[in-house]
Parts: sequence; structure tokens; C-alpha cells
Amino acid sequence: MSEQPMRRPATPMLQQIEDRPGVREMLLGVPVPFKVFGAVFGLVGALVMAFIGYLVVDGRLEGEWYDVRDLGLAVQSLREWLTDQGVDHRITWIITGSIGGIGIMSVLGGWLLIGSWVERRVLAKFQIRMGPNRTGPFGLLQPIADAVKLMSKEIVIPFGADRFLYYIPPVLIFVPAMLGWAPIPWAPNMNYLDIDVGVLYVIAISSIGVLAVFLAGWSSNNHYSLLGAMRTVAMMVSYEIPISLALLSVVLLTGSMNLGEIVAWQGHYHVWVIFLIPFAAFAFLFASTAEINRTPNDIGEAESEIVAGFYTEYSGMKAGLFMGVELGHAILVGAVMSTFFLGGYTFFGLEEWVPGYLILATKIGAVYFLFVWLRGTLPRFRLDQLMGFAWKFLIPLGIIQAFIVAIEASVFARSDAPALITLGAFGVVNLAITVVLVRFWADRLGYSPAQHRTVPTLVSDGTLGGLKAAQKIRAT
Amino acid sequence: MPEIPAIDELTVTLAHYLVVSGLVFGIGIVVALAKRNAIAVLMGVELMLNAVNLTLLAFSRFSSAFAEGDEPLSGHAFVVFVLTVAAAEAAIALALAVLVYRRQETVDLDRVNLLRW
Amino acid sequence: MDSTGIVIGFWVLSGLSVVSALLVLLARNLLHSLVFLVVTFLSMAGLFITLSADFIAVAQILIYAGSISVLMVFAVMLTPLASRDNGNSIYLLPGLLGGLGIAALVGFVAVDTDWDERTGEGLAATDFPGTVNAIGDLLLGRYVLAFEIASVLLLFALLGAIVLVHDRPRSGTAASEGGDD
Repeated sequence: MSEQPMRRPATPMLQQIEDRPGVREMLLGVPVPFKVFGAVFGLVGALVMAFIGYLVVDGRLEGEWYDVRDLGLAVQSLREWLTDQGVDHRITWIITGSIGGIGIMSVLGGWLLIGSWVERRVLAKFQIRMGPNRTGPFGLLQPIADAVKLMSKEIVIPFGADRFLYYIPPVLIFVPAMLGWAPIPWAPNMNYLDIDVGVLYVIAISSIGVLAVFLAGWSSNNHYSLLGAMRTVAMMVSYEIPISLALLSVVLLTGSMNLGEIVAWQGHYHVWVIFLIPFAAFAFLFASTAEINRTPNDIGEAESEIVAGFYTEYSGMKAGLFMGVELGHAILVGAVMSTFFLGGYTFFGLEEWVPGYLILATKIGAVYFLFVWLRGTLPRFRLDQLMGFAWKFLIPLGIIQAFIVAIEASVFARSDAPALITLGAFGVVNLAITVVLVRFWADRLGYSPAQHRTVPTLVSDGTLGGLKAAQKIRAT
Repeated sequence: MPEIPAIDELTVTLAHYLVVSGLVFGIGIVVALAKRNAIAVLMGVELMLNAVNLTLLAFSRFSSAFAEGDEPLSGHAFVVFVLTVAAAEAAIALALAVLVYRRQETVDLDRVNLLRW
Repeated sequence: MDSTGIVIGFWVLSGLSVVSALLVLLARNLLHSLVFLVVTFLSMAGLFITLSADFIAVAQILIYAGSISVLMVFAVMLTPLASRDNGNSIYLLPGLLGGLGIAALVGFVAVDTDWDERTGEGLAATDFPGTVNAIGDLLLGRYVLAFEIASVLLLFALLGAIVLVHDRPRSGTAASEGGDD
């Protein structure tokens, strides 16, 4: 025990890890035909993109199909071209419909792959650790490795499980996460399902997931699963009402239930709804975190209380589907949130120059980052706190907010004043009313900051907690 | 028995929808009458209401009883009311089922016989 | 109604709805029959779409498949173990006779009557894309009284359900409801 060696001798596994090829060696090891194919593919792609970019910058191709700012135009002109060729209209619709569907599904698949990597890396940064960094450059291939691992695992069915119901939920819970993307407008004409009842569609599709969660919990024949399922069902049923009220406010203000028209309204007045109705945006964000089981409200699958909640007994790729759906729901909520409250594909005139889908993707990424941030920061609420918050706080205030917005919408429809002044006044009035109402209602419910201190002890000595505190601890 | 018109022309007519609606309504009646469980009885009632909705919408779509300028969507408005009443009825009926369970320790309707004869 | 998609959709969805309604009757487990009931509701919503009733279809999914089924789940869970059985009562034979009779009667009337229905051009003329605005006009125009009464009915149903199952404090199980703040 006299002299510790500076470094232990490497175990065989560590030796393997250290000897593994780096990125450069991996790239050099690719067979020649693949290299040639990749080079040709990349070159052709770059040439096509440069050509399209030249055409767009040149400016003589306003609103044509090769305009990359709105891919919906390309599909539309393809449909017209097919019709001119004399192709039957059913085949035309099938072709263009499958283009849109495959587009949405591939975008969603890409998000699912990148999103789990982003979540783990960002969460690791919040918790001052490294996160996955072994598989591929920066650990970028970790989601693929996870998927392969999950798929190659044995699927264990618990004793006494209801076989018939046990197989349905992993598939059924994926359906709303997929279908919910249909009415989201990515650009003025880039809209897979352009229906007048878009808002109702979003709410209706999201309400199907409740049943999947319940069936998963019940059919597993496990108390933890059933507890998680009943918690989740109770919470989803409660939080659907604030979501509906928040979306009702938006619909009243913009005067349409078509998602494309709601975004076009925000683009026309150059204002985001979150500035006009901040309470509705907050209610939607909070309620949707409860609806999709994200972390401040993830009591349905609270790891520290009930093992994994409603999917405790699922193994292999079935559990993988549940985890993927959790991520997909977060991204879908990001898309819905950006569409309703953050202006969708518009960004104060920038959409004239940048493709709208890129703006929307950026906003989805921002909301997703917010979710990860919340997950890394907030502790979990209790079940009774959450239910009380929905029924005693969000629903009454949401009703009052919808009432005020209805008055404002009728004033807005009748007044001749410039929209800037009217909407600005609405925003200020709504913010003031929200602050007053929240304050009054919190007093009414008996919440007093003097009794319930919200400041954590780590912060109270002047440091910031988190990274700063860790550095301080490390320095001492 | 007259033939169902124009199946071979691959068209769907009002009669098709009415037949489907009648079948679902009949199954709903069987479920509502023949099940012991109060919740299963409620399922039968919901099936019957759904069949009625289908009938209303089919008539609203196909019937030429309305003039051209008249609102052809009265059937839709009626279905909205049916949906409302169905929601209210489901809430009340399930509350009753829970109440009966608390009083009688069963939801078996054959055993809930407080008023005999 | 000459579109092939609608015809195929009609046959598939009607078959699905009738078969799953039958399975609601035949399933041995109450939760299985609940799942089949949801399948029936969803395929009914599909049938509504083939009737170009988009608003009603979405409302059907929202109310039936999303809310009423969850209510039934709660009812099943609140009445433990006594309620998982989906057995038949002594009224099975009268029920079967009644159901068959009604189905046969409706089917016979539907096939036998010469419905004065729109076809072809007249049907295409009424095939407008969205129904939301027209339904809104109707609900707040001609049927506004019924609309208000329906809202009052919903309020009373809400209150009635709460009053019916509300635990009096003497029963001592109110602690399980949570939320004492």
C-alpha cells in the first residue's frame, strides 16, 4: 500500500476500446465501390443543389416546382403533369400521397434517431457527465446500436399476462404519434392533410393513445404496470381539457380550425400567438408534458417509484417502441406547439428567403431542447399535485382566458384600427390579466411563498447551482 | 325480395349503409339485453347510438328530400346532439354502475333485484 | 358515389364494424370486448368519412374512442373483479330474437323501399369539401335552442355523475381520492 500506480493496467475490454479504429481508420476501411458510389452520389447531389440554388437566387423562377422553399408545389406540379399525361386520377393521388407519407415518415425516423442522441448528450451535459461517445463519431451511432440491441433481445411475456391485449399496445401507441403529423403545415403548400377540422383532428388522434397506455398496463399482470397505467390515464384525461381550452383560445383568435390558416394568420400579422395569449401557451406546454409523460410530469413511468410504469413488463423491441414513442410524442408536441403558438413555418418575413420547413424544424428543435432542459432541471411532481393543478388551476383559468379571447376576437373583427395596435393592446391586456389572475388564484388556493420556500439551498449562498456549484466543489 | 341495386356497378347506395346500420343496431340490442354486466349493457347502448348516427348521416348524404338551396346538413347537426346525449348518458350510467357496485358488491344485473315483483 | 376508393372503403369498413360488433357480443373478457368496441367506433368513423362527414368523424373519434371508452375503463377498474366477466344473462334468447328481428326489419325496409335518393350529378353537387362552417351555422342558427339545451344537459350530467359517486366523508375512503389541498 505504499505507492499507488498512476494508472491501473488496462483490462482486456478497455484495451479493446483503446485499440478500436478511430473515425479516420473506419473511413479508410470502406471498400472502393462504396467510396466511388458515395462520391458520385454526393457530387451529383451537390451539383443539383447548386443548380437549384442558382435558379432561386437568379430570381426568375418565382413559385415554380423546383423552388426548394415549398416542396408542396413540386408535388402539385407533378400531379398536374401526371394528369396531363392521361394517367388515371386515382393513380396520381396514390403516387403523390405516398410521396408525402414517405416524406413524413422518413423525417420522423430521422428525428427519432437524432433526437435520442441529442437527449442523452444534452442531458449528460446538464448532469456534468459525458453521455454516449463511443459508437461512431461523438457517439452519433449510439441510437442505431441501441435499436439493434433491443431488436436482438428476447421478448419475455409475463406469466398470467393477457396474450391478446399484450400484443396490441406497442403498435397502437405508435399510431397517434404517426398520424398526428398529417395536418402540420411545413410550408404554405406543403401540407399532407389539409382539413378544416385540423385542431379537432390533433386532439382526437392524441386521445387514442390513452387506451394503448391502459391496455399495456392492464395486460401485463403486474401491479407496477397497472399503477402506472391508471396514473397515466387519469392524468391524460384531466390534461386533455386544458389542452382543448388552450387550442380553443387560438381558434377563437385566428378564426379557423385549419392549421395552415392559423399559421398563415400569424404570418400575415407578423405576430406569434404566444405573445397574444401567453397563458394558453403555458397551459398547452405544461399540459402536453403531462399528456406525453415527459419528465416534470412523468408520474406514469416514474423510475424511482414504479419501475417503468405501464411498460415495466415489456422487453426487447416492444419496450423500444414505447421509448421511441415517448420521443416521437415530444417531437410531435414540438411541432404542434410551433404551429399554434410559435408561428409555424413563418419567422417575421424570413420565410420569403429560407424554406419554411427548415424554420419549422428549427422551432421543433427548440421546443424539444426545452423539454430536455425541463427534464434535466425539474423534479417530479406528485400525483395529487398534478391533478389538483389541472382541475383547480389550469381549467378555471383556461375557461376565463377563452372567454376573454372570445371578446377580443369579436372586437378585432369589428374594429377599424390598425392590426398592430389592436393586437399589441390584446397582448398587453392578456399578459396583465394573466398575471393578475394567476396571483389572485394562487392566493385563493392558499399558496403563499413565505411558507413554501421555492429557493433550493444550493442556490441560497450566492452561487448558481449546477455547473458553478460543481466547479466550486471541485476547486475545494 | 327485390335485389340490392347495382352492386355489380361498384356503387354504394343508401340501402347499403342502412343494412350495415341495421346489423350493428341488432347486435347492439342483443348486447344490451343479453349481457349480465352493467358496463356491457352500456356498450350495447353505445353500439345502438352509433348505428343511429350512421343512419342519420346516410340519409343526410343521399336523401333528396331537401331542396337544392336548403341545408342538407340537418342530419349532421342532429348527430352532434346524439353525440352530446351519448356522452352525458355514458357518464351518468357509469356513475350508476359504480354506485350499484358500492351498494351491492356486484354489477351483475341479474343479482341487482332490489325491487322484486 | 362512383369513386373506387369510397366503394372499397365502404366494404372494408362495414365488414370491420359488423365483425367487431359481433366480437363485442362474443368476447369472454369484458376488456377484450371493450377493445372490439373501440374498433367498431373507429371503423364507424371511417364510414362517416365515406359519407363526407369529416367533422362528425373526428368528433366520433374524440368522443367515443377517446372519451367514452376511457370512462368505461374507469368503470371497469372501479368495480374490481366482479366485473371482468362478460357472461350472458337469462335474457339471451329474447335478446337474440329481438336483435335479429330488428336487424331483419331494418334490412328488409332498407332494401325494399324505393328511396328517392340522389345519385350521380345530384350527389356530386352536394359533395362539398368541408362541413364545419355549415354545421356551425346550423347549430348557432336554426338549432340554437337545442344547442343551448344540450349544453345544459351536459352540465347537469357532469354534476349528476359527481353527486352520484361522491363519497360522503363518513365512509372514510375519501383519502384515496387525493388532492386534499
